[in-house]
Amino acid sequence: MVVRYLGAEVQRMEDPRLLTGHGRYVDDMTMDGMLHAAFLRASQAHAKIRSIDTSRAADLPGVHRVFTHADLGEKYSHRMNQLYPAPVIEQNKTQYPLAKDEVCYVGEAVAVVVADSRAIAEDALALIDVDYETLPAVVNIMTALEDGAPLAHADTTSNLVGKMRSAFGDIDDAFAKADHVFSAGFMQHRGGCHSMETRGVIARDDPWGDGLSLWTSAQSPYLIRRALATWLDEPEERVRVVAPDVGGGFGPKAGFYPEEIVISLAARFMKRPVKWIEDRREHFMSTTTQRDQHWDLEVACTNEGKILGLRGTITHENGAYIPYGILLPNSSLTPLPGAYSIPAIDVGVNIVFTNTVPNSPVRGAGRPCGIYAVERMIQTVSRNLGIDPATVRRRNYVRPDQMPYETGATLRGGAKCIYDSGDYEALLDKVLELSDYSSFKDRQAAARKEGRFLGIGISSCIEDTGMGPYEGTTVRVESSGKVAVRTGAASQGQGHHTMIAMIVAENLGVAPEDILFESADTSKFPHGVGTIGSRVAANVGPSSFDAAKKVREKALKLAAEILEASEADLDIEDGVVRVNGAPDLSITLGELAIKLSPASALRVPAGFDPLLEATSYDGSSGSPIACGSNVAEVEVDPGTGEVRVLRYSVAHDCGVMINPMIVHGQIVGGVVHGIGNALFERMIYDDQGQPLTTNYGEYLLPLASEMPRIDVTHMETPSPLNSLGVKGAGEGGTIPAAAAIVAAIENALEEYGVEIDYYPVDPQYLTGLIDKGTVQAAE
Amino acid sequence: MADTRDIELKVNGESHAASVETRTSLGDFLRHGLGLTGTHMGCEHGVCGACTVMVDGEAVRSCLMLAVQANGHEVTTVEGLADDDGTLHPLQEAFWKHHGLQCGFCTPGMLTSLAAFLRDNPDPSEREVREAISGNICRCTGYQGIVDAALDAAKTMQGN
Amino acid sequence: MKPAPFTYHDPSTPEEAVALLAQHEDAKLLAGGQSLMPMLNMRFVVPDHVIDLNNVAGLSGVTDTGEALQIGAMTRQRDLMRDDAVRARTPIIPEALENVGHFQTRNRGTIGGSLCHLDPAAELPCLMAVYDAMLTAHGPDGAREIPFAEWPLAYMIPTLGPDELLTTIRVPYWGAGHGYGFVEFARRHGDFAIIAVAALLEVENGTIRRAAISIGGADVRPIRLTEAETALVGAAANTETFKAAAEIARGIDAMSDAYVTSAYRQRLAATLTERALVKAGERANGSA
Repeated sequence: MVVRYLGAEVQRMEDPRLLTGHGRYVDDMTMDGMLHAAFLRASQAHAKIRSIDTSRAADLPGVHRVFTHADLGEKYSHRMNQLYPAPVIEQNKTQYPLAKDEVCYVGEAVAVVVADSRAIAEDALALIDVDYETLPAVVNIMTALEDGAPLAHADTTSNLVGKMRSAFGDIDDAFAKADHVFSAGFMQHRGGCHSMETRGVIARDDPWGDGLSLWTSAQSPYLIRRALATWLDEPEERVRVVAPDVGGGFGPKAGFYPEEIVISLAARFMKRPVKWIEDRREHFMSTTTQRDQHWDLEVACTNEGKILGLRGTITHENGAYIPYGILLPNSSLTPLPGAYSIPAIDVGVNIVFTNTVPNSPVRGAGRPCGIYAVERMIQTVSRNLGIDPATVRRRNYVRPDQMPYETGATLRGGAKCIYDSGDYEALLDKVLELSDYSSFKDRQAAARKEGRFLGIGISSCIEDTGMGPYEGTTVRVESSGKVAVRTGAASQGQGHHTMIAMIVAENLGVAPEDILFESADTSKFPHGVGTIGSRVAANVGPSSFDAAKKVREKALKLAAEILEASEADLDIEDGVVRVNGAPDLSITLGELAIKLSPASALRVPAGFDPLLEATSYDGSSGSPIACGSNVAEVEVDPGTGEVRVLRYSVAHDCGVMINPMIVHGQIVGGVVHGIGNALFERMIYDDQGQPLTTNYGEYLLPLASEMPRIDVTHMETPSPLNSLGVKGAGEGGTIPAAAAIVAAIENALEEYGVEIDYYPVDPQYLTGLIDKGTVQAAE
Repeated sequence: MADTRDIELKVNGESHAASVETRTSLGDFLRHGLGLTGTHMGCEHGVCGACTVMVDGEAVRSCLMLAVQANGHEVTTVEGLADDDGTLHPLQEAFWKHHGLQCGFCTPGMLTSLAAFLRDNPDPSEREVREAISGNICRCTGYQGIVDAALDAAKTMQGN
Repeated sequence: MKPAPFTYHDPSTPEEAVALLAQHEDAKLLAGGQSLMPMLNMRFVVPDHVIDLNNVAGLSGVTDTGEALQIGAMTRQRDLMRDDAVRARTPIIPEALENVGHFQTRNRGTIGGSLCHLDPAAELPCLMAVYDAMLTAHGPDGAREIPFAEWPLAYMIPTLGPDELLTTIRVPYWGAGHGYGFVEFARRHGDFAIIAVAALLEVENGTIRRAAISIGGADVRPIRLTEAETALVGAAANTETFKAAAEIARGIDAMSDAYVTSAYRQRLAATLTERALVKAGERANGSA
């Protein structure tokens, strides 16, 4: 009998430890002789460094060393490596780990102090004298490419990073034969990471032992290992990177940061472990964020609202450097045409430098922007043609009979974007039912009589998940019968331990509690890719499934020989192989493991490799496309401009769900992140490039008090692209949220003719639109 | 010379005597002085709530209190919520059951805040729970599992 | 984000505290710490000396004198909210305190700390303004009384000498059955208000006999809406009256900053003044 775990709401294996205060985050770790670092960061957005005097800081009691760019030496004087090279990058500007002679954003690391304590290191920062020559800073993306705009870097002639484009179908024909062409322009602003644990690094260098070891709060330890080894010009084997418990990632922790180099070098030079824990102000200034993207779009459609083509231009804010290639602009383009069958698209992106912190993906990366853009055009068509937004969507969805549906777009890596499975209209029906959409007009009218303004908004999305190449797993039964499971995939709270334990337990025939799980330590598993882009379940799911099956097959084959039974008559339950119908005939997995790892002079059974172990890199053969439809119901207070989300409904399809409880948590958390983007989170810079929102009173994260209850329902359309039929779920809540909220606000304020061209929609902005509408109505 | 003071305090029922630099926050002292790393420092400016502990039974930000100010007081951290025999606090059980945590970083502050809140408000509404934890930021869960856990724990605790 | 080094003092009497203030040039008083500690952590303030008031005897507690609340400056916001006399005689105070930070910060935060920090958008200064509270400060030469109207000197600076200590706050009662309304608009629960309005009304047979309105967050200090107060007295306690008062609020001088314009503050002042008055009108005994 097989004990079923897949599909069950198994409580997480991670939790007892985390609930009792026994997690192990980077700052929880301490090492003999460990010193503490603090960074001096650029106070100006753009300046030449004339000189740096660290002598007073170095003299402070308790300070061991102060390093600037010059102090790192010739061998370590080069710029950081490009993680994701791409031909469209015309100006490949990466930063120096410590600024050399120019700073290009507030928060750029200039020097580091290593001291007995963090407090002393901070004391010393105040004693470092930097002589800056202020240079003009560029902040506004809308003017950054104009002649005469300030330049983000002193040695360039343009702020253009590069251009890219997604074009397919006959766009001219689409617009020529359209009954209508509508246009819309809007700014999208997405905020920062704001994982509750900031970044942090401990480095230890032991040239005669383990080499360089790094414990870092990161999503992609293997990427950091490779980048660091490459930058240092050393073998990867001599660099170990561990991501211990990580207190949230959300994208910005997936990169490679200057601090990871500098702390490693400090540990190397000083021959002592060095710890740096980012504080929250540093997080605001130096952890990559997403920020501004402006879209100008035109849509061609028929009288019935069938969309024929979409064209336009995006201006994308890159920040001061390109640590992360063009992942963000690229992932903004690939979701076009969204959940719809749009035959022709031609959208270009201008990627521009600004003197602000470099950007990186944040939950969903560019997908929320791309989906928002498509959904805005659906709303535009709906409004202009007077057709219900649900109906416009129905007339445009990709239909199940069109699957697999090739959109014409290209995924990162060059593969064609193909929608593998899903029933988008059925999902819409589900969410309309869940949200009582059909009775909304009555609710709205009743509320309006009381002077209240209710609105409803729909948003549909697709999401390319599970990108390759793989995320491998090793399953090994040890002599005690416990099962060691190792993978490279790092977790930042997604419950990978539980998910993988469920898969292995069910398919090997052991209890999930007997699984010893280790992940995200480059010394424990040969290679991994990273926890980004909702990719882990669709890659590590299949590999852990495959590895468990292989171990099971090996165990059954050996047990059949030992028990003198047919493999077909054997079953494994709770770690014991039994012969069906002969309960006394049994052998444990632990005993089988010992047979395959015998003591000296004994022999491994003939026909078997040593160890009861298997490794698999099975994954997804393409990107499984998850999908969802959301409905937001809001109330707007025209007196204050406040928007309250009253109700939020989600119908989501991420294929087969391994643990619905975890999926639910990912969706709900993702939606709240999206509501934060739509209504609250705004990283403000002044026109000199000074960040103005550098604490949690100024930068508004969503709180429990403003968030609605979120109702979630699922469809489970298996993906044909992997053995478990799973698709990614980590970002599907965030991607459609802003579009649903914004549509709902416009619906609530229809009588004012409010059209929103910016998010986050703050109350001041909204009252401005309401007052404009009031004046126009009066005229 | 660093300004230091000798302090005595009880943490999770255990007495401690220590010499602390007076500028050290209670949170840093608990973490690095006593090795109780369950209390997390999330923002160090009193907004995120991750560092919440109970001082004499009242939930406070340990980043906004100096260690020297805890002299003579009793502190309860997340490590002190479960029974000595390892039996989880009803809130811990409920968080586990309702998926009230993902990365676990805000969790200690959520638990200590809610433990104090439920003691004073044994039968709260959902709105009251949401306002009670509005001083604790969670970036992962969207709060729903936490709210469900708190309401469920309140029921359990009333039953006892 | 660790404080710069300082010398810590923990006096046990107000006199000792005042003597320490006189003795040390660059000293900061530490009350509940809910504003000072973040500023210390961020090194926005780097005092040489920190004088902790938490062990000073006799600075906290609420006394009902029959005519006023006598509140010790170190009284925690939590204790104010729970106090029977406060709840019975000045119910607008607990109503407003619900908006002050979060319960964890109210467990430490004090009334005196808030009044000395004097954030323009903070609720307690707005309340003290509407009540014309009387503040008592102790210095080397003894005590002096300061009407709240004279308390704010400039942006976040009270009229308190470098060697003076705020010790008590007297809040005079309004008549039994007075109406009250505290309404604020903040982006999220517990945030500093963008605009906060406190309104008190005494109404007799539908006619307003006494009125006070204060607006926080608009200017560097709480504003009393005296023009509207004058207009309200003698008027019928009804929607038209309140709307007219709200229009006066729209005309206040308001500041602009990086986040919010003066025009939006004025707009909010109008909306919230009306709402606070409506609330107060509904609660007042004898209203029509």
